[in-house]
Amino acid sequence: MPKRNLVEAINHGLMLEMERDPSVVLLGEDVGKEGGVFRVTDGLQAKFGAERVIDTPLAESGIVGVAIGMAVKGLRPVAEIQFEGFLPPAMDQIMNHASRIRNRSRGRFTCPLVIRSPWGGGIHAPEHHSDSPEAIFAHTPGMKVVIPSTPYDAKGLIISAIRDPDPVLFFEPKRIYRAIKEEVPDESYTIPIGQAKVVREDKDITVITWGAMVREVLRAAEMADGEGIQAEVIDLRTISPMDENAFLESVRKTGRAVVVHEAPPTCGVGAEIIARINEKALLSLQAPVVRVTGFDIIVPLMKLENHYLPSPERILAGIRKVMKF
Amino acid sequence: MIEKFDPLKGEMLQILQPDGRLDKSLRPDLGDETIQSLYRHMVLIRLADQKALALQRQGRLGTYAPVIGQEAAQAGSAHALQKADWVFPSFRETGVLYLHGVPLRDIYLYWMGFEMGQKAPPGVNVFPISVPVGTHPLHAVGAGYAAKLQKEKICTIAYFGDGATSEGDFHEAMNFAGVLNTPTIFFCQNNQYAISVPRKKQTASKTIAQKAIAYGFPGVQVDGNDLLAVYAATREARERAVSGLGPTFIEAVTYRFGPHTTADDPTKYREDAEVEEWRKLDPMLRLQKYLGERGLWNEGLEAQWKADAEKILNQAIQEAEAVPLPDPKEMFLYTFAEPPPPLKEQMEDYLNFLKEKEG
Repeated sequence: MPKRNLVEAINHGLMLEMERDPSVVLLGEDVGKEGGVFRVTDGLQAKFGAERVIDTPLAESGIVGVAIGMAVKGLRPVAEIQFEGFLPPAMDQIMNHASRIRNRSRGRFTCPLVIRSPWGGGIHAPEHHSDSPEAIFAHTPGMKVVIPSTPYDAKGLIISAIRDPDPVLFFEPKRIYRAIKEEVPDESYTIPIGQAKVVREDKDITVITWGAMVREVLRAAEMADGEGIQAEVIDLRTISPMDENAFLESVRKTGRAVVVHEAPPTCGVGAEIIARINEKALLSLQAPVVRVTGFDIIVPLMKLENHYLPSPERILAGIRKVMKF
Repeated sequence: MIEKFDPLKGEMLQILQPDGRLDKSLRPDLGDETIQSLYRHMVLIRLADQKALALQRQGRLGTYAPVIGQEAAQAGSAHALQKADWVFPSFRETGVLYLHGVPLRDIYLYWMGFEMGQKAPPGVNVFPISVPVGTHPLHAVGAGYAAKLQKEKICTIAYFGDGATSEGDFHEAMNFAGVLNTPTIFFCQNNQYAISVPRKKQTASKTIAQKAIAYGFPGVQVDGNDLLAVYAATREARERAVSGLGPTFIEAVTYRFGPHTTADDPTKYREDAEVEEWRKLDPMLRLQKYLGERGLWNEGLEAQWKADAEKILNQAIQEAEAVPLPDPKEMFLYTFAEPPPPLKEQMEDYLNFLKEKEG
């Protein structure tokens, strides 16, 4: 079976869907000739032509707004926003239109649109290239939010996102774009949106995370092993709709939990997870759930960036804190 | 003068031809000595750029957006400004920042990953670099309006590229500037590419300058590789601004010789032959010819100026690299005037974590 990194896996998923369904089109800044600044759409314009892989003017609101029109009229657009930090200009289109068209037309019109965007920190990039805005979009009714953490999942999830009848924000953890290579089959397959994955099964504590943090959490779990703490790790994979059963079940077993994410803690997805645990599994808890996250600050430039991102050591400290309670 | 060059008729202001010939009828109020001194600044800007690229390759500096090819556009426009004027830069403005008073050390610090590099010294009216494309012309309009209310006779100038003119915010800025009649200069460096997307795919307009017409104020296309044309247009735009005549749009037609940033590979989307054609229009060459004919440039002087610039830049880099890593505490301090209690708690927790880790 061929090995692929995250970039190649998403590229392959896009390619298969474009082959399968002529209504799939890609649009965004530099997605065509350049193949995207991270090369996720590399070779697709050469293969499918400039009509289906469109280099757009530099305008994020324009990209998403036009993609909405395409989607409502029967195409399956996959729009790329070059970095998550440039999503804000498109917020009006996402929050006020893409997510509302089904409801507004009582189902007469739908918006099967995918918005892909490199996401998260850890690549020592300039400002607006290191943010994790998933909570903002998970807080938008009508939007689905997907964040894969492995090449295999990324391919299955991008295919599901394209086939999904509703708008999906597909965040790609840029820090691990090329960091992980694994077996990704050539054939098409899907991974259901809204399904978390237990990536490490164990008994003492549940650590819930997603994106590039999965790798950091797994490192922390190994370190915890050395201290006799057996951590179960759950990769949420989809932020919205959230697979709460996956972590509730785990927490009912372990009685302890830590949530890890890069985004700032206040009103972050971790807060939502903890609320659900409190609502539905409070009596299983043996300790308060702890969050290990970024801080309520702007992600620092490269000299301090590593202090912002949760490290395996910080995650381990969070695990210890819950275990010691 | 600028209104004599109608962008709809394809008329572009050019004063110093690529062969070094000067259109005397259009010559701005710039003496040859000043032109020589601006050329020296351009030599320094180009070298500053090369140094940044070298540092980036050595891992001593992060992603950098090179200016090479746009020195005349930057030096000519920045020289037309007064110290009190406000500059709103995009991320490819090393020359403008330097000429408007940002210390070279700070320019390098920013690209090395220190926020501190964006803290312009008191009296240097340079806004922090705006990475989101085309968003900051609005700020220039607002600041221009403020200056009007505050009865300051200054202009505000927004620097951006051809790609930025596709953004909604850009058009809103143009419209507000026209409606509010603000003392704002929109300075577009049309360097032909927004990363990989060529200018002709960015807008179906024949020129970018003509967009100003729809917003009710003058737009002029100038040869952006012609120091004198850029200076003359900006100077006039500034005069219009401070005398209450409102905004002006300048499209400086130039070319990005280098990559979009150090993370970009331009061979993926453009031919070397095209770059070579533009190299003939290198903004330095025509100044060398012009100054050379007047005894104000020769290879020896060039070498001397480069050596002088080298010293200044090495000093700046040395100073930048001598700046110690910021204390992690620093990243918490500028979110608000005072860190509110929850943030303070996050800060203290983290600093304790670090202390325990060390101890």
